[in-house]
Amino acid sequence: MRSTRLVKSAVAGTLAATLLLVSACGSSNSTADSSSSTAPAADGSAAAQSPAAPAGGADLSVLIGSSGQVETDALTTATDAWGKDTGNKVTVAPAQDLGQQLAQGFSSGSAPDLFYVGADQVANYAKADNIAQYADGLSNAGDFYPALKQSFTYDGKFYCAPKDMSTLALFINNEMWAKAGLTDADIPKNWDDLAAVAKKLTADGVAGLALAPERDRIDAFLVQNGSYLTDDSGKVTANDPKNVEALTFVKKMMTDGTLQTPAQLSAGWSGEAFGKQLAAMTIEGNWLLGAMAKDFPTVKYTVAELPAGPTGTKGTLVFTNCWGISTTSKYPEQAKALVEYLTGSDQQLTFAKAFGVIPSVETAKDAYLKEFPENQAFVNGVDYARGVVNFPGITDVLADFNAQLQGLATGDPKAILDSLQENLSAAIG
Amino acid sequence: MSIVEASRDNGAIDPEVPKSTGRKRKERSIRGSQNTTGWLFMAPAVIILVLFLVIPIVGAVWVSLSDWTGKGSPLGAKFIGVKNYQALLADGGLAQKDLATSLRNNMYYVILVVPLQTILALTLAVILNKRRLKGKGFFRTAFYFPSVTSSVAISLVFLFLFTASGAVNRILAWLGINGPNWFADPRGVLHIVLNAWGIVDMDNPPAWMSEGKFMNLTWFQWFSGPSVAMCSIIALAVWTTGGTFMLMFLAALQDVPVDVDEAAMVDGATPWQRFRNVTLPALKPTMYLVITLGLIGTWQVFDQIYLMGKGGPAKSTLTPAYLSFQTSFIDGKWGQGTAIAFILFAIIIVMSSIQRYVMREDKKVPKRKRMVFAETPATSTGSAGATTTAATLHESTPPKDKI
Repeated sequence: MRSTRLVKSAVAGTLAATLLLVSACGSSNSTADSSSSTAPAADGSAAAQSPAAPAGGADLSVLIGSSGQVETDALTTATDAWGKDTGNKVTVAPAQDLGQQLAQGFSSGSAPDLFYVGADQVANYAKADNIAQYADGLSNAGDFYPALKQSFTYDGKFYCAPKDMSTLALFINNEMWAKAGLTDADIPKNWDDLAAVAKKLTADGVAGLALAPERDRIDAFLVQNGSYLTDDSGKVTANDPKNVEALTFVKKMMTDGTLQTPAQLSAGWSGEAFGKQLAAMTIEGNWLLGAMAKDFPTVKYTVAELPAGPTGTKGTLVFTNCWGISTTSKYPEQAKALVEYLTGSDQQLTFAKAFGVIPSVETAKDAYLKEFPENQAFVNGVDYARGVVNFPGITDVLADFNAQLQGLATGDPKAILDSLQENLSAAIG
Repeated sequence: MSIVEASRDNGAIDPEVPKSTGRKRKERSIRGSQNTTGWLFMAPAVIILVLFLVIPIVGAVWVSLSDWTGKGSPLGAKFIGVKNYQALLADGGLAQKDLATSLRNNMYYVILVVPLQTILALTLAVILNKRRLKGKGFFRTAFYFPSVTSSVAISLVFLFLFTASGAVNRILAWLGINGPNWFADPRGVLHIVLNAWGIVDMDNPPAWMSEGKFMNLTWFQWFSGPSVAMCSIIALAVWTTGGTFMLMFLAALQDVPVDVDEAAMVDGATPWQRFRNVTLPALKPTMYLVITLGLIGTWQVFDQIYLMGKGGPAKSTLTPAYLSFQTSFIDGKWGQGTAIAFILFAIIIVMSSIQRYVMREDKKVPKRKRMVFAETPATSTGSAGATTTAATLHESTPPKDKI
């Protein structure tokens, strides 16, 4: 008697628990099913129509590595407007950790249709066939700056459209500049000038130049010396004597104390050190403009192009994200149309006004400079800038280079570049 | 046999039936259906364990042996044998160097954190266990507080405390010490000390140290000691976990019978002798627990590393757990990342086994000596306890072979 009751209750309990589990798992399954059942229909109609005007009714999910609420809002407004015009539905979500969320999406086959891809990741994603190669087919494909297109070209193919761009420039604190007896004519044109003014500007508790010891800044010096980690044909040239010379120059400024890292200045990043007036100059990108306006509105500053190297070669770095389209997207044509809209000249100018990015297309250049003449230095930079080195499987190599650069002040530039050369060659193969 | 028959007849379970008899009698036994019932009751837990533990682990083993790129199901990936392990352990490339660096960092972290947190926890627990201490509740809460606070919040507070012009360096400045730039200083502490004593020049290590390599990392790099940045994370770890383990020690201390301690006092044992020979042996099981948990927890340290510099500066706070995450999610080398996780798993198993061996019960000790604490709690009266303790104290002095 007692034992049968026990069995009964155990069976009931197990059944209930299993049902609960099944229903929990099932709910996500059923939504997947319903969306996949509509997919073939949408695909079919998209294929039937011309790519210029894909069918409406698509449900696009967009995942962005947002810089903040302003960017998310601006993007949501833009995609909503596009969705209304074309009869599609677009959902924009800011990511907490873009790389991780995308990785989960790729492995489960439920990646968002459209997402930001950093130039350093594009080769990894392209090699694993996670992003579609679509950018050649865009109507405005020829409008992007060549340096940006290069950043998103893998295996000779232009994969995804750059959404905007940032370049590095020299930020100068006006007040400290005047105090040191310097004028506009003294704005550094080359390395010697830079070292000289940095020395003049260095005072008690104030560094002449704040610079983060990482490749995203220091690589600019390599470019200015007429070299880089790879040459145009993709050959590794990391330990080129010119690169050694460039690193040695940076190291000398570090040991002289005229160049200090944000950590030495008790700041989270160079921009903070500059804003807090702990450094008279810094090398940062146009993202610092927004930060200065928001956090340090009283600090007056000038933005200049980076100084040229000893041979007069100008050089800077360009950073950018592109609009990646997932290979598993059910609405690739609609996603492409949305990218075309978002990277269009007008829309990019709207974004520029909203959250301070620089348009990635040449047709927007004049209108942008008319609106923001003070940002000339950044826009000029793209003509001679180099992008991130993008080969698949080199993320850890570049991270190792970064780690070694943190010890540049006491390290040997030649040894650092030699190990980079070895690791890069091994990874590219 | 007849008892079983009888008990089934009137439908009652006889408590006298030995278990083994019931099990041998398979389906005819009344215990048989109980067995099924037991399994049925356990089914939800078993299903969940298999679904969320066994299958993922088996899946991870497979990923570590495959070239999975992170797209779609790993089952479709190609089997590449032990290539991932080979890259990490034998090939002499960057992957091996990174793993060696992370193992070195974590080794110093474990060597410092485990003893320090155990000593801190034990000290706090002993202080709190004093009968005459006032405001016990307050101190108990205060010491336990770091353990219940989110590690994110604590890590952020430590980041502020340890900046170049932060509170820690201000205090050091009062003492006339020029504090380091904690989270930006990749120099190894051992290197700094050796350099200061003039034994080794840090920037120009002697050839015999910089030539030889183990796992693609020079001996000089192996003997760096924890970096300055790692030291601040060590301080954080000791401070946060100290409270948790204090609670365990406190619970164990409250189980140590007061009369044994008093008996030792009557026998004229000094406070140190009482602590060393009465309290500590009684705490042995807890000590074992604390050290085991400490070893496992410290080898798996991830969240503080993730929050406080992601392995930087100059990879000096990189740990295998974080490296595994980075290799998989950022570099997209899933097989290699999973392989790191299994190497870490092997290390933890080996370490725990060594610790188990070292802390094993000493079988050579006479039985009555081991039984002291098992007997005393409920049964022994004051005087009996005193005699036994006296015997224990006496016997612990001469070497074992003389007994």
